[in-house]
Amino acid sequence: MLDATDLECLRGTRRLFAGLSFQVAPGECLQVQGSNGSGKTSLLRILCGIARPERGAVRWNGEPIGALGESFRAELAFCGHANALKEELTPVENLLACASLYGVRAAADAVRTALDAFRVLPLEALPVRALSQGQKRRVALARLALCRHRLWLLDEPLAALDADAAETLARLVDAHLAQNGICVLTSHQPVALRARARSLALS
Amino acid sequence: MRRRSEPLFTLGFFVVVASLFPLGLGPEPELLRRIAPGVLWVAALLASMLALGRLFGADYEDGTLEQLALAPAPLVLAVGAKIVAHWLVSGLPLVLVSPLLALQYGLPGDVIAHLMLSLLIGTPVLSLIGAIAAALTIGVRGAGVLVALLALPLYVPTLVFGAGAVDARLAGLSAAPNLALLGACLALAVLFAPLATAAAIRISLE
Repeated sequence: MLDATDLECLRGTRRLFAGLSFQVAPGECLQVQGSNGSGKTSLLRILCGIARPERGAVRWNGEPIGALGESFRAELAFCGHANALKEELTPVENLLACASLYGVRAAADAVRTALDAFRVLPLEALPVRALSQGQKRRVALARLALCRHRLWLLDEPLAALDADAAETLARLVDAHLAQNGICVLTSHQPVALRARARSLALS
Repeated sequence: MRRRSEPLFTLGFFVVVASLFPLGLGPEPELLRRIAPGVLWVAALLASMLALGRLFGADYEDGTLEQLALAPAPLVLAVGAKIVAHWLVSGLPLVLVSPLLALQYGLPGDVIAHLMLSLLIGTPVLSLIGAIAAALTIGVRGAGVLVALLALPLYVPTLVFGAGAVDARLAGLSAAPNLALLGACLALAVLFAPLATAAAIRISLE
């Protein structure tokens, strides 16, 4: 259960949002919508604990995430604007490095399966530098299938993705929710989920 | 290490700077021998600073640093590993190539051995202190100059003890006191620098 109470976020002197409260239960997806600069990314950075809110608190299963520390981070997968891929390494090497970072023992086969789901397996031997923007995004999202985290925080996951990959992502999120996972994602266009999704509008 | 050119930049810079002094000062063996410890140490110090901008800069730009900060493993460990890697590619080569450059200055054999030893203890300190400065300037424009301004004053003790050890040996005295102080700098830096760096990264990411 992800629980945000009375969040307030300042960017410089501008107040992005205040008094923001919501709960996301296991098996639920929260879609955060809002125009550019409305604070979607700031909200996700607060939820994952990188940034601190001006006021309010984020709780995971009833405990403040700051106090949980490593045990919270072990259940968290965050996909930011940047893809967090090393340009010199191949997609397989990138995913293996990421899995070991999360303490997941991933076999090369599991990595290939994850890449195949996003149809980037034929590119496995190329350095990421040689991939297009959309292909890089697919590799970054394939990470989600590899490390089984409870809480997914996805910042604009659809950016640079084509319709086919967007569909793959929607099925992946559906499967995650079916296993009692929690997902918070920001997006300009709604992600076509089969499971129930709530939306939160930032103005 | 798919980017092979970067360690070579550091090494090349060290070699070029250390070679410029004999060319500029003329072939006076006595003068060259006198200035050798200071010149070689300053050159090593500047060279090891060159690579600091890349220590966290590239990771910050591609988002890897956020993932490191969000990984369940403590950030201090990741930072420590990065500093060790940084020293291996930017500090250790300087130590290994320093005897060749010392020959240009006509240093005797046992002094060269002490130069290597002082650099071996001193360059890790430079990497450790430099990492704090690099972490504080993550995402700042013109970070390169700022890193230099932050790190150089903190490098002073290392420089004094390192060059002092070689100087003492050159004058026929024992280098042990300076080396011991250099070792104390290293012990302190190993203890505190990774913690300070990790804290600085968390502040810079916010």
